[in-house]
Amino acid sequence: MSTAQQASKSRGSTQRSRMSRDSVETRVLGVLRWVVIAGLLVLTVFPFLYMVLLSVKDLGAVIQDPGNLLPDADSLDLSTYSEVLKSTADGGQGFLGFMRNSAVLAVSTVLVTLLFAIPGSYAVSRLRFPGSRQVSVLFLAVYLFPSILLAVPLFVFFTKVGLRGSLAALVIVYVSQTVAVSIYMLRNYFETIPVSLEESAALDGAGRLGTMRHISLPLAMPAIMANALFVFMIAWNEFLFALLFLVEERSRWTVSLGLSQLAGSIEIPTTVLMAGSVILTVPIVALFFASERLLTEGLTSGAEKG
Amino acid sequence: MTRSRRGSLRRAEARDGLLLISPTFAVVLFVVVLPILWTVLLSFQDLRLIQLRQASIFGDYSLDNFKEVFASDGFWTSLRTTLIYSVLGTAAAVGLGLVASLALRRNFRGRGVVRALMLLPYVAPVVAATFVWSVMLNPQFGIINYWGAKFLGWDEPIAFLSQRSAEVSILGLDVEVPVALLTVIFFEMWRSFPFAFLFITARLQAVPGSMEEAALVDGATPTQRFRHVVLPQLMPTIAVLALLRFIWTFNNFDDIYLLTGGGAGTEVVSVRVFDYLTARGDIGAASAMALVLAGVLMVLVGIYFRFAAREEVA
Repeated sequence: MSTAQQASKSRGSTQRSRMSRDSVETRVLGVLRWVVIAGLLVLTVFPFLYMVLLSVKDLGAVIQDPGNLLPDADSLDLSTYSEVLKSTADGGQGFLGFMRNSAVLAVSTVLVTLLFAIPGSYAVSRLRFPGSRQVSVLFLAVYLFPSILLAVPLFVFFTKVGLRGSLAALVIVYVSQTVAVSIYMLRNYFETIPVSLEESAALDGAGRLGTMRHISLPLAMPAIMANALFVFMIAWNEFLFALLFLVEERSRWTVSLGLSQLAGSIEIPTTVLMAGSVILTVPIVALFFASERLLTEGLTSGAEKG
Repeated sequence: MTRSRRGSLRRAEARDGLLLISPTFAVVLFVVVLPILWTVLLSFQDLRLIQLRQASIFGDYSLDNFKEVFASDGFWTSLRTTLIYSVLGTAAAVGLGLVASLALRRNFRGRGVVRALMLLPYVAPVVAATFVWSVMLNPQFGIINYWGAKFLGWDEPIAFLSQRSAEVSILGLDVEVPVALLTVIFFEMWRSFPFAFLFITARLQAVPGSMEEAALVDGATPTQRFRHVVLPQLMPTIAVLALLRFIWTFNNFDDIYLLTGGGAGTEVVSVRVFDYLTARGDIGAASAMALVLAGVLMVLVGIYFRFAAREEVA
């Protein structure tokens, strides 16, 4: 056997051993991957499935047999939903009213935030003005500050001036929490719009506001819509400030606050509250899937036009 | 274009910029910056919620609130709990997010749907998520205890959210396990891993395939390729994610308040601040404690940046 042959043979054997480690790893990871995916799906989806399943069951049946989650066709109990939605005067829990409060709060927060954030983000991304860097840093810092630190003085202040409990006060607080991240999101988008488009509009004699309204805003519409949905979700889900501001008056409760306040009560069956938590979750999940599509559409439409 | 004309355009631009940013700046100034500065004043005053009417900026200032805060055992315990909760919660959330994004890296039919479903815990309202988990973990009729008894042979139901600690024997060793604290850390992992998953997935898509192909040609196995090629590329993203998650978990109030109310050894500082503010009506002490919390956070973030800066030099 020549040395060359020997060398090639030994190379072959090391390659084989490495190949075997390679193929073992590939096979193990290939199986593990599906195990992980299945496990993650159960972990993320099951709690929501459990929520829906329990909301159409009778509490007595759940206590008797906690493992039987599937609804029986003959005992499908939708009364939980009517009970949780009806006003307290009609013997329900008044979640319809809570939903109205949440919607008013969230929509107002979205409108005011956009009213502030659109001009603000345009200024930060397009215009040179003194202090623009410092302002950006300040807005970022706001986003990272503990909300409990802010909760103390705002609680004290609005109690002192007697406005705690008003939805308008809460809208202002929410706007202060969302406007910074809104500006950040929109600024990134404005920066992708070519300046040349705006410059040509300016050459055609359009003023700054005209350019903003007719060129930049329509182009940024997908981003603005996605941002609006994002702010809506934050305001709808918010808990701490709603708890601090609105807890004393039941008629002003949001869905989140209502569910959290009633969760401790012994008189209200858990299954009825499960229906309440489905009502709280569904709008957000629906919006989330809608906004996901909107975002991808906004991106792909830009790509098509090249 | 003459110099003066260019100058006036510059001035007009600066004027427009200030005009457009001023509403936002005003909101942040009046609803965030000034209130936080006011908290500093409040923390040196002896102020109760019931005597709020007499409160003014010109009160008696003293260090009593801070003395009270530092002297109480409860504060140090809650600070320790906050640290354990945020370190373990962050590590678990970022770790699971990494695992999830790696598992979903290669394309398969339905991957888009699976990815969207992964984000559910993060977008769902915190009150609904805590409620459904507290029912699932319920000792009487929760599904977890039912399955535990049926499949894992648990002798008695575990009160996940109200039991401070339990003795568990691991390899013949009796170990004290903080049940409720571990449960809220698990919940934090469940709720926040999608955030890490989202950003690591985005970064993973930008890893150039050519580097991995080169490693493949050199005979690197899948784990070697991950360890030496992919992971180094992800490290900056993971570092930023860990920092952000740590800050948010450190400040977190909602999850623990809603799950345990701060009982059974899960009282974090923010929940304690809330109790001082609402139940005791002790505004001064609540302000002092909130400031200490923010101060500790700032120091920790400062240390992080020190290390991050040194890492970059080296």
